[in-house]
Amino acid sequence: MTQAASTPGATGEREGRLWGYLVEFEGVPPLLEAAEKVRDAGYRKWDCHTPFPVHGLNDAMGVRPTRLPWLVLGAGITGATVGLAMQYWTNAVDYPFLISGKPLFSLPANIPVSFELTILFSAVTAFLGMLVLNNLPEWYHALFHSPRFRRATADRFYISIEARDPRFDAEATRAFLESLGGSPVEEVKEK
Amino acid sequence: MTTVTADDARLDNTLEDPRQRAPLVLGDNDFTSVTEKVCGLVERPRPPRAWYIAFAVSVSLTGVMFAMIGYLIFTGVGVWGVNNPVGWGWAIVNFVFWVGIGHAGTLISAILFLFRQKWRTSINRFAEAMTIFAVVCAGVFPGIHVGRVWVAYWMAPYPNQMEMWPNFRSPLLWDVFAVSTYALVSTLFWYMGMIPDLATIRDRARTRVRQVIYGLLALGWRGSNRQWLRYERAYLLLAALATPLVLSVHSVVSFDFAVSQLPGWHTTIFPPYFVAGAIFSGFAMVTTLAVPAREFFGLKEIITPRHLENMAKIILATGSMVGYSYSIEFFIAWYGGNAYEKYAFVSRALGPYAWAYWTMVTCNVLAPQLFWFKRCRTTPWILMAVCILVNIGMWFERFVITVTSLSADFLPSSWGYYSPTFVDVLTFVGSFGLFFTLFLLFVRYVPMVAMAEVKSVMRESTVEAHALGDYWGDMPHPERHRKTPGGEVKP
Repeated sequence: MTQAASTPGATGEREGRLWGYLVEFEGVPPLLEAAEKVRDAGYRKWDCHTPFPVHGLNDAMGVRPTRLPWLVLGAGITGATVGLAMQYWTNAVDYPFLISGKPLFSLPANIPVSFELTILFSAVTAFLGMLVLNNLPEWYHALFHSPRFRRATADRFYISIEARDPRFDAEATRAFLESLGGSPVEEVKEK
Repeated sequence: MTTVTADDARLDNTLEDPRQRAPLVLGDNDFTSVTEKVCGLVERPRPPRAWYIAFAVSVSLTGVMFAMIGYLIFTGVGVWGVNNPVGWGWAIVNFVFWVGIGHAGTLISAILFLFRQKWRTSINRFAEAMTIFAVVCAGVFPGIHVGRVWVAYWMAPYPNQMEMWPNFRSPLLWDVFAVSTYALVSTLFWYMGMIPDLATIRDRARTRVRQVIYGLLALGWRGSNRQWLRYERAYLLLAALATPLVLSVHSVVSFDFAVSQLPGWHTTIFPPYFVAGAIFSGFAMVTTLAVPAREFFGLKEIITPRHLENMAKIILATGSMVGYSYSIEFFIAWYGGNAYEKYAFVSRALGPYAWAYWTMVTCNVLAPQLFWFKRCRTTPWILMAVCILVNIGMWFERFVITVTSLSADFLPSSWGYYSPTFVDVLTFVGSFGLFFTLFLLFVRYVPMVAMAEVKSVMRESTVEAHALGDYWGDMPHPERHRKTPGGEVKP
């Protein structure tokens, strides 16, 4: 691993405002224990970074469920309505023509297209909603300055606490993070 | 009967021991080695020689396909074998064949996800890729068989100066909506599943070009838990949406036939029968691709014998469903008492296309019966040979359905025998070129195993205290994470 070779102090030289602190853990168990401590300490602007979704971490962090399902439900209802309305208006109102004696509008014949549009609207909303709620795409982020952080998508686990957290204190937070049993605390700077 | 020990299970994970779950990743792999193995395939400076040879062949075949399509468009549909009474020939057969293949990818990625079949994680990425490439191949055929390709956009309901709208009561238009929705949703699902892995490649990139390209594609993913929360929710929702979608797509494809009045087509069994056949053929194609892929790319510890065996079991199950449908069709043709229906089926088995019918039965019903034997399920070459037969058989199934019914309908004076022309054959062969071209590009530039998902089913990914009673319910490795009373975790 070339990333492992990067030293924690390397980014300490960077100029700029302090974004927050970063601490690294080697495995899931220490991360979960540390996350519970950060949660209990009352921090709000903090996060865990893991290469895969760690189950139990939502409880350990105390994050609330997302409202994404409601957006998707709304989109699904919209899709079904649009599908039915479109078929009714185009085939029964705007351009009615009889074919094989079939009714101009009847639910059985118009369900497949309505169904597909329900799925289409919901799926696109699930995808775009996830991106918007996650504030993605976000090609610039202060954490990307940290060479060590590159392993967050491979095989290491991190906790970051942002400087804009109301409870953040340059000295006390550092001491608190040091006590969690991870790597030495790294300062992450903006720009 | 000897006891299965943990060591046996690590070497051969097809052994069943109800006391513990079989490992899904073999060997001494951890998060680092899985990342190295999968990313290494994308990061090596040049692929093996075999890749270049395969790519050259595939691209040439793709060229042949486009040449044939060009010939068709410039000359007219007369270059195909279609004529009265068989107005639907290879184009529709190939379309149904390719769409059906795509379905296994969605089944693996969505339905098995909903059923918490964690073994899917090793194969879902390239099964989904296969779905998309198969749908691309499928999309070519209806596109060109409409005759006047240049007005294919008339199928879309857009306001136009002709003041006309498409006929929404036609199954062919349902097909337009079903297949295009399917193509888009499959692509979204595939891409979304890839975002964390693209971020891994971005973070390991050594050249500026790779950093920029993979960086753009990864959308700035940071693996933050607050992101994972919404990501997983979106993934679950997409899986829940894709599941009825995939069932609807092949049902709608079957409506193209079943809603007509033609003997042999006008049957209510078609939707479930088509869906089972689609999953059957798709799993056969996934296996046909997985066996060489794990061999050539050193992924035997990630795509394990257990994965192959599970796929063989699904092929056996769906193959038997298909066989059952064939017999029920015959039963209903007799029991229904309709003379035309009865003739259509007798003619299928004994008439001029009997050779195609019996090829179909041999490949689809008889060949998969080998999978009752464990040796056949776990020996890669037998598995692959059977799967190739299944793919051949499933193509013939669509040929039999499409062509036999059309060639002999109600009026004997209009009967006729259908033969394809070289243009039909070369277009179909060329579509395999397109499929494999896309697939080879995929294995070269994109992580072909969903690393983040594989890591989440490895034993290191969970601890006892949190796993017990967890919704995901995976058992931790008893040796690796033993919690001491002090809360300290021993390695």
